[in-house]
Amino acid sequence: MPTTLSPRVRERRAATRGGGPRSAPAPLLVPALVGLLFLVVPLVALLVRAPWGDAWEILRGSAAGEALRLSLWTSTTATAISLVVGVPLAWLLARTQFPGLRLVRALVTLPLVLPPVVGGVALLLAFGRNGIVGQYLDQWFGITLPFTPAAVVIAETFVAMPFLVVTVEGALRSADRGFDEAAATLGAGPMTVFRRVTLPLIGPSLVAGAVLCWARALGEFGATITFAGSFPGRTQTMPIAVYYALESDPEAAILLSLILLLVSVVVLVALRDSWLRAGSAAS
Amino acid sequence: MRPLALTLIAATVGLALAGCSSDDSSSDASPSASSSATSPSGLEGDITVLAAASLTESFNTLGEQFEKANPGVHVTFSFAASSALAAQIADGAPADVFASASSKTMDDVVTAGDATDPVVFATNSMEIAVPPANPGKVTGLGDLAKSGVKSALCQPEVPCGATAAKVFTNAEITVKPVTLEPDVKAVLSKVTLGEVDAGVVYVTDVIAAGTDVTGVEIPDDVNASTDYPIAPLAKSAHADVAKAFVDYVLSSAGTSVLSAAGFAQP
Repeated sequence: MPTTLSPRVRERRAATRGGGPRSAPAPLLVPALVGLLFLVVPLVALLVRAPWGDAWEILRGSAAGEALRLSLWTSTTATAISLVVGVPLAWLLARTQFPGLRLVRALVTLPLVLPPVVGGVALLLAFGRNGIVGQYLDQWFGITLPFTPAAVVIAETFVAMPFLVVTVEGALRSADRGFDEAAATLGAGPMTVFRRVTLPLIGPSLVAGAVLCWARALGEFGATITFAGSFPGRTQTMPIAVYYALESDPEAAILLSLILLLVSVVVLVALRDSWLRAGSAAS
Repeated sequence: MRPLALTLIAATVGLALAGCSSDDSSSDASPSASSSATSPSGLEGDITVLAAASLTESFNTLGEQFEKANPGVHVTFSFAASSALAAQIADGAPADVFASASSKTMDDVVTAGDATDPVVFATNSMEIAVPPANPGKVTGLGDLAKSGVKSALCQPEVPCGATAAKVFTNAEITVKPVTLEPDVKAVLSKVTLGEVDAGVVYVTDVIAAGTDVTGVEIPDDVNASTDYPIAPLAKSAHADVAKAFVDYVLSSAGTSVLSAAGFAQP
């Protein structure tokens, strides 16, 4: 299967091009270490200050279990939705030409830079009970989205999907289109080419993009609390639970943060070698 | 490689120095500006007041009046849930005065040694806010217990949530809200946007919202009220100004602003 080999080949080439390890000059090494410390010290602080002795008692008394369950399934659903609509969108942006393409790309990436709370307000005005779409959902189907788990998924998808689209679009742009053309010459239809050739080629980036998207959805706070509100077991996700716990029970907040940290680390480690590195080399 | 890195470091150091010098110039500038204004009270300095979200309108007015009376003084407000502000104070937030919407929250701050001698300057009771169209047809407290009525409350840790819970206990009803919001203004905005049928807020919030919401009164025999204590903070850099602001809130000028906003006197 040449398609699955190609990222590794590329990685090997990149390694030979870059040469062997060099000793870092002090003007680079010192700021690099400062940067590293800056990123690591807060995480160490969480570990140091955690009330390990009473951990079980505190967690049993808090809403950690249901908040974690809610966070995991909503962020996974948000990622699934992002894959279903985001990958075709990335393909459209990377492989087609149409007037206003640059504007569309700018709009797609807007949620990346938009403050999430602003996204939440926008979602309320669109899908809220009096929103431009939401009022018809209410009148015609009796569906009101705000304050439901569905609203959590919507908020997370809105904020996280651009991460997937941008990653996949980059991969589609840099991927070798010779394989697609070869397959087409051999009689494969456009959908077959997309499914059997294009997607496997960008596989690593696809997974990297999905992981980024999932991580962003897992950490979503601003848009969620604005659009979906906060109710334990229904719309109170882990980040919101951490925020509230900090006011009432700081030790519980530390433990909840550690759980989120643990989940994130497990996912990163599980995907590390096989996918993420190759993904970053390909995109 | 090396010259580029050095240039970067030089630029960073330069920026840092520029930051320092601009700080210096601003701190130089403020005393001269205030001395030219020559305040009659002789008070000078900037203070930060952390105040419960329900005090937003009345304290903004009080702040303007206080600045007018003391030209050398500038007051900056930070409004949020009292419990959130107490957590900020415990974490060392630089501030000079704390005005809480509950004695319990203030007591936590006093116990931690961050404030002394709080004085209760107002009390507030609860009211139901509904959108002007009243989509949930809410006419009384009992309607909040109906399953079809979507209501918003404050988090139980926040004073407005704790006080609303007392009201429900007094009335012997069980309310299942669709959302628990971080502070009373967040509850009010969910009502203003029409996303919920009702929210339990303070009497003063219904007045402050004007025509955006309609108030449904809670009968006196089941209503609950909360005290608003105020105190200067121990770590204040301008203790004299902080004390003067607290005195101003307690003065007749302060009382009249608070009464106009709907607060009751303790």
